[in-house]
Amino acid sequence: MTSHATTAPAGHAHHDDRSFLAKYVFSTDHKIIGIQFLFLSLFFLLVGGVLAMQMRWQLGFPNQPMPGGGILPETWATDGVLLPEYYIQLVTMHGTFMVFFAIMPLLVGVYANFLIPLKIGTHDMAFPRINMASFWVAFLAGAVMLSSMFVPEGPSRAGWTMYAPLSARADLSGVLLGQQLWCVAIILLGLSSILGSLNYITTVINNRAPGMTWFRLPLSVWSLFITAILGLLALPVLSGAGIMLLFDQTLGTHFFDTTAGGQALLWQHLFWFFGHPEVYILILPAMGMVSDIIANGSRKPIFGYHSMVFAIVGIGFLSWIVWGHHMFMSGMNPTLGSTFMVTTMIIAVPSAIKVFNWLGTMWEGNLHFHVPMLNAVGFVAMFVIGGLSGVFMAATPVDMPIHDTYFIVAHIHYVLFGGSLFALFGAITYWYPKMFGRMMNERWGKIHFWLTMLFFNLVFFPMHNLGMGGHMRRIYDPTVYNFLDPMQGVNRFISLSAFALFVVQGIFAVNFVWSLFRGKKADANPWRDNGLEWSLPNPAPHGNWERVPSVYRGPYEFSHPQASEDFLPQHVKLPGDQEPASAKGAAR
Amino acid sequence: MSKLRVAAGFAGALVVLGTAGRWGEAAQAGATVTGRVKFTGAKPTMRRIDMSEESACAAKYTTPPTEESVIVNTNGTLANVFVYVKSGLPAGYKPPAATTPVVIDQDGCHYKPHVFGIMVGQPLHIKNSDPLLHNIKSKGRANRPFNISQPNVTRTPTVRTFSAAEVMVSLECNVHGWMQAYAGVVAHPFFAVTGADGTFSLKGLPPGTYTIEAWHERYGVQTATVTVAGTETKTTEFTFAAK
Amino acid sequence: MDWWLPLKGSTFAGPIDGLFLAILIITGIAFVVVEAGVLWFSVRYRHREGRKARHVHGSTKAEVVWTAVPAVTVVALGIVSNQHWERIKGRESVPADAYPIAIHAEQFEWNVTYPGPDGELGNGDDFTVRNQLHVPVGRNVLLVLTAEDVIHSFWVPVFRLKQDAVPGMTIRAWVQPTVAGEYELACAELCGMGHYKMRARVFVHPQPDFETWMQQQILEGAQS
Repeated sequence: MTSHATTAPAGHAHHDDRSFLAKYVFSTDHKIIGIQFLFLSLFFLLVGGVLAMQMRWQLGFPNQPMPGGGILPETWATDGVLLPEYYIQLVTMHGTFMVFFAIMPLLVGVYANFLIPLKIGTHDMAFPRINMASFWVAFLAGAVMLSSMFVPEGPSRAGWTMYAPLSARADLSGVLLGQQLWCVAIILLGLSSILGSLNYITTVINNRAPGMTWFRLPLSVWSLFITAILGLLALPVLSGAGIMLLFDQTLGTHFFDTTAGGQALLWQHLFWFFGHPEVYILILPAMGMVSDIIANGSRKPIFGYHSMVFAIVGIGFLSWIVWGHHMFMSGMNPTLGSTFMVTTMIIAVPSAIKVFNWLGTMWEGNLHFHVPMLNAVGFVAMFVIGGLSGVFMAATPVDMPIHDTYFIVAHIHYVLFGGSLFALFGAITYWYPKMFGRMMNERWGKIHFWLTMLFFNLVFFPMHNLGMGGHMRRIYDPTVYNFLDPMQGVNRFISLSAFALFVVQGIFAVNFVWSLFRGKKADANPWRDNGLEWSLPNPAPHGNWERVPSVYRGPYEFSHPQASEDFLPQHVKLPGDQEPASAKGAAR
Repeated sequence: MSKLRVAAGFAGALVVLGTAGRWGEAAQAGATVTGRVKFTGAKPTMRRIDMSEESACAAKYTTPPTEESVIVNTNGTLANVFVYVKSGLPAGYKPPAATTPVVIDQDGCHYKPHVFGIMVGQPLHIKNSDPLLHNIKSKGRANRPFNISQPNVTRTPTVRTFSAAEVMVSLECNVHGWMQAYAGVVAHPFFAVTGADGTFSLKGLPPGTYTIEAWHERYGVQTATVTVAGTETKTTEFTFAAK
Repeated sequence: MDWWLPLKGSTFAGPIDGLFLAILIITGIAFVVVEAGVLWFSVRYRHREGRKARHVHGSTKAEVVWTAVPAVTVVALGIVSNQHWERIKGRESVPADAYPIAIHAEQFEWNVTYPGPDGELGNGDDFTVRNQLHVPVGRNVLLVLTAEDVIHSFWVPVFRLKQDAVPGMTIRAWVQPTVAGEYELACAELCGMGHYKMRARVFVHPQPDFETWMQQQILEGAQS
């Protein structure tokens, strides 16, 4: 392995004499910005988890004082028993934090920033200062959103989907300031994403290393690139809708106020026109990184690289014409329902292609189950469930009984937790050495994986059954309904499993922090991978390469017959490899 | 002799006024406006409320519960009329501090009381005696609206205050559409709500000419002008007719 | 079976549950194939000393198969589903003889208006009952859904019928109840703090009982 590493030009582009503030706080280095996003979004992941635990307490043990609930203010709980309005605030903010401030920045903010320049072979993003602005705007958005928890009346009570008119009229929801802060934070977050996406797209198009052709890009970069396009086009719609909502609440406009000529469904169309591409923003990067990790763990080229790329592009395109499947029961014209059903059914195809290609990659491989590989395979196994349960909702007649029930909750968590979050546990472990120069603990990583896999399924699988039984989402006390009475035992079981799932995440948190200081020092290429980032020392220096390497092949040439080892980095020149034409130009 | 006593009383009152600087004690010495609210015409039947869906509430009644918008007493008077001094108080009038809480209870899926008066700044204790969800939504205009839910029997009441005079602030429960209450929020202690005998009494008024208003949720408002001096008691009557 | 589908209480329930099961079987097969593949490959091809992975970039034949099979399956599912969808929710699907009932949803109550003796809504003899939906068994019922303030969703699990009630819109839905009994109507769309308490009782009466109930209501209405 070292023989390959020495062929790479040593890093250290500049002598680094920047001040601490310039280096770690107001940094324009894409890697530091990625790490800043990592800490920010892990914090919000924790916040979202804490909110979820309170919800699970109420659902498992309705009307019983929550342990430690006594410290909550009287507007949230009386004598430790959560109040209904606080419960729906928990629902709202759990979804908001997890979607907008945890999973999305974890996937895009962290890995688009960290990986794109390293994997395509360039010194930094095309617009480093815009990149820095993107992080600080996201930070501000997070701060505003968090602050809404602590204003009088608390945060928004309209669900993370913010359906109008409930969200638009304070007299109906009971919240004004918290609701306005939600809008402000979302507008800011949209700005941050737009700035980031612009940067990622420009960088991928213009700054690839010599020889890094489109079809030599790792699938992680492809998926982040398509994600960035989705982000650039979708987030303005959300921000625009957020501005309209804010105007309704603040300036007395009536976009969504039906008593004054507004339209209730307008919000849903705008939200889901953004929202469905958003769903793929939350899964495409995970798919891309999983592809990289599975090829590495299988020591085999990815199966069907081209069809993988086309599947990513196909999903990206189709994601724009499926939004109406969130609105089958909304009163939208039923004929439109038929159209959206067809497009939604078709989007299952590229997802199926990806799953089978991952299987094909493992087939006849030489499978090394390191922690990232375990999590990546776990991703495949769990994402399949989330993908297949989507077929039920896509079929409009079947959607009728399961819409707005726990079946949907199960589905979204199989995709976002079973999918995205498992991929992230893999990705964080995988690129940790390049970020921090140390390895995360392998044994605790495996223990964390298996316990998470166990409790994740115990929490979310039974929710399918709740949904089949008709159990509505977002209800504070299921015991009000006779038909839900027989399911209360399942609710309690889910709650207990959820508490265990939460505790198990402590293993990851401790491993993450402990390894920062005490983890085993990592080699430059600990996973014996082909990507350009592994040609750099740990942690990768500011500016990455003095002179970017030339690229001679795709990123998945594992177990190549001509290579002495079971991997063949993209920048290693074999006898007979042509020097890329663009490499003769100036150093990039 | 009696004049002397009155003079002494006045002097005493002035001393209290001077030392404590509060109308509270002095108020006891002022004038009184009292009277009845009569009702004429056919007594409307109050609609029955079907509480079968809330068995915990239904169980609290032996006779079927009805709506409470018009309650005519056996002596032909009208209950739940809010009578208060609408105007006429001296310019420099400072109300006494109101620290005794007013309690509103949600009991048997009804508000108790149905109509009440409260001073600006006076604490309103909101209780729930039913083992089920009530929300209480205030729909004031001068006052900042509130909307509080109480999903079960409360052990400690929720406390709210009103910041501006407003007659009336309506209170409603959105879970039980029939539940309705009215709070008369005024900046002084000269108000009353008629009860089972249909009488009211406004005590401790400083000398002056007052507009007294009587408010009823279905029959609207009526006013009377009364001039009082010293510690005299004046009587005035209001009559609401069936519509 | 508390963990399976609820009682089939309308003519929609059979086809919808049938479609549910069909999808369950199809996705079940896909699920087993994928999970079995994951497990089998994980064990079969796990790292052993001397094992070398096969250097292969794909197989056009395999990729065509696993593109085409899901594509054909989901399109077929879509066509089958759409027929039921048109019959249940299509704009023209409401049977002409359906008995009309208006449902006005507001935070946090269902106001159910019945047509009174003349069997038609809006002729002055209508009467409204709060949080109680009474319907005759075996007869088509038209539900005219409106909302006062925010979006609510009419959801009766035994009917398998869900339809949002949206302020500013009048939405027609229909159902034919098939099993007499007392059921529950829930709000399925978050509508505020009292969302979870927005429950009504649903009474599916045999036709004679429905007439009796109707007469009672009309009499009581006349008294007060």
